[in-house]
Amino acid sequence: MTATDALSRLQGAGRHALELEAVSRYFGALVALADINFTLGAGERRAVLGSNGAGKTTLFNAISGDFPPTTGRVRLFGEDVTDLPVHERIRRGLRRTYQISLLFGGLRVIDSIYLACRGVSRRRFSLRRARRDDEAIHAAETLVGAVNLEAVQGDLVSTLSHGQQRQLEIALALAGAPRLALLDEPAAGLSPSERSDLVEILRSLPRHMSFIIIEHDMDVALRVADNVTMMHNGRIFKEGTPTEIEGDSEVQELYLGHGRG
Amino acid sequence: MEARRRRGHGIFSGGIAWSDLHPGTVAAVVFLLAWPSFTSDFFTFQIGAYSLILGTIALSLMLLAGYGGMVSLAQLTVAGITAYLVAILGDNSVGVMGLGWPWWLTVPAAILAGAVLGALIGAISVRTEGIYTIMITLAIAVVSFFFVRQNYVLFNGWTGFAGVEPPTLFGIYWRDPVPFYYLSLLVAGGFFCAVAYVSRSTFGLGLQAIRDNPRRMRALGFDVALHRIFAFFLAGLIAATAGVLLVWFNGRVSPGTMGVEASIDILVIAVVGGLRHPIGPFLGAVGFVLLENFAIDLIDRERFNTVIGLVFLLVVLFSPDGLLGLWNRIRPRLRFDRNARPVAGRATMDAAGQPASARQSTS
Ligand SMILES: Nc1ncnc2c1ncn2[C@@H]1O[C@H](COP(=O)(O)OP(=O)(O)O)[C@@H](O)[C@H]1O
Ligand SMILES: [Mg+2]
Repeated sequence: MTATDALSRLQGAGRHALELEAVSRYFGALVALADINFTLGAGERRAVLGSNGAGKTTLFNAISGDFPPTTGRVRLFGEDVTDLPVHERIRRGLRRTYQISLLFGGLRVIDSIYLACRGVSRRRFSLRRARRDDEAIHAAETLVGAVNLEAVQGDLVSTLSHGQQRQLEIALALAGAPRLALLDEPAAGLSPSERSDLVEILRSLPRHMSFIIIEHDMDVALRVADNVTMMHNGRIFKEGTPTEIEGDSEVQELYLGHGRG
Repeated sequence: MEARRRRGHGIFSGGIAWSDLHPGTVAAVVFLLAWPSFTSDFFTFQIGAYSLILGTIALSLMLLAGYGGMVSLAQLTVAGITAYLVAILGDNSVGVMGLGWPWWLTVPAAILAGAVLGALIGAISVRTEGIYTIMITLAIAVVSFFFVRQNYVLFNGWTGFAGVEPPTLFGIYWRDPVPFYYLSLLVAGGFFCAVAYVSRSTFGLGLQAIRDNPRRMRALGFDVALHRIFAFFLAGLIAATAGVLLVWFNGRVSPGTMGVEASIDILVIAVVGGLRHPIGPFLGAVGFVLLENFAIDLIDRERFNTVIGLVFLLVVLFSPDGLLGLWNRIRPRLRFDRNARPVAGRATMDAAGQPASARQSTS
């Protein structure tokens, strides 16, 4: 068992960013995820599509540990993290955004991003104020520019508009050089120009970085993703390249035909 | 101050920016330093020093509740146990315990033990939220009270200890009103500055972020439980140091020192004063001590709790941010205040933010 584990870890290293093995998640009698097997290559970008209630967010929660799977295993970069708490998975290079913004209303924008940069480093318990030349400050200032929030970086998060809060969500997930990011409908509620900014940001990420994006907007999804996974009723229903998925008649019928909202 | 900070350009300053020093702050410091020179011993000791001690214990609660969102009713328990340890490890006149350690060993050992106790209380309660944190810490306070009352071997039961005195050092008897006032001012002022400074440190910002959204903090790589326990440790350090002053102030310590009523007084002091800034607990403490000493002249002793309760109710109803919030609301109306800036700044910033269309577009 351990020998096989070590072998699979060796083989997995550098090849797979993420592996889900027979992952299920129940909420009482409700089966939100049913026996999901899923593999994401290192550096791969995947779009997850599916109507509301398909289990996409639950899939993210199972990977991040927010709501661990009821059964099944989760492997991050070859390491089994099924039994690790959320923050331990994050420290291994995982990040995520939330479909409904989860932010720090009483903090300033720049402080929030600064914390995101600090979260994966040591000195989380430092009782000293950061200095101007601190590398986490530089990283935070770069990120605040990348998501176009410079003008409001000193403002309290609670005073931001919805679009600005979505941008902040993305900045928090990109802080600290992640290796795999889970983006839960990052473009929801953004204006067309903000959407194209978002696409630009995602396309300019370092090539070794993987991400999974849940996105209803096909234009956004297909412009950033290498492959597409379709979900329906807690199951993976189809996987393929964007062209395969767009041309698939079953997909057309089930997803594109109706229930896009 | 808030508006100024949000607009400030120096986002992270390594030290304390002297330009931030408000003339009001300077006036307050001068006033506090000069206090014993124009008041009686009674006002220096019973009002001044006692307010500073209670304010420091309430400050430890402010750190937990204001920045960490964790309301603990056991901070006075930490101070009380530390007070007991000073009597147990050092000298007392009761003839029970009193190991006779020198003060320079007794005091640090008692404070450290108090801080560890604070962390322990934290470890027990950090997995709970909101009302459950209050309940657990209340339970700890109650259990501790009955434990020291029933334990005669270590804590001398009902009676507790008397004859606990500060050392005579540099030829000064530190329980004399004026030296004791300055000693209390040093401790209170030191912790006040420390808390104000730490609130903008990595740890302090993290604590406030956990208050706002613990789930998101986990998703940034923070160990939320450990962060909270560390906050309890620091708050324990503050409360424990105040506990040493408390036993020197009273000269004695008994179960009543850490009774439930007194624990609730600390909560009232912190909430009435204001939990948003470290100055709040001290405002609350001064108000409380003044009421405690002078309300007696106006009403019966038995009615005192009614008065405190009414004040608490009024403040919570009309100013959720306590006396501090009241002051912040009145300040813009005072013309002479050069920092008076009504909240209009926030509205313009909102308007300058995003066009309404951006907010309405949905998927
Ligand atoms: N925390 C929860 N408790 C109970 N049911 C949940 C919870 N989270 C999700 N569900 C249910 O699981 C199903 C899948 O939800 P979700 O993963 O949010 O779908 P999607 O993100 O694809 O729209 C839905 O039926 C939803 O009601
Ligand atoms: Mg969802």
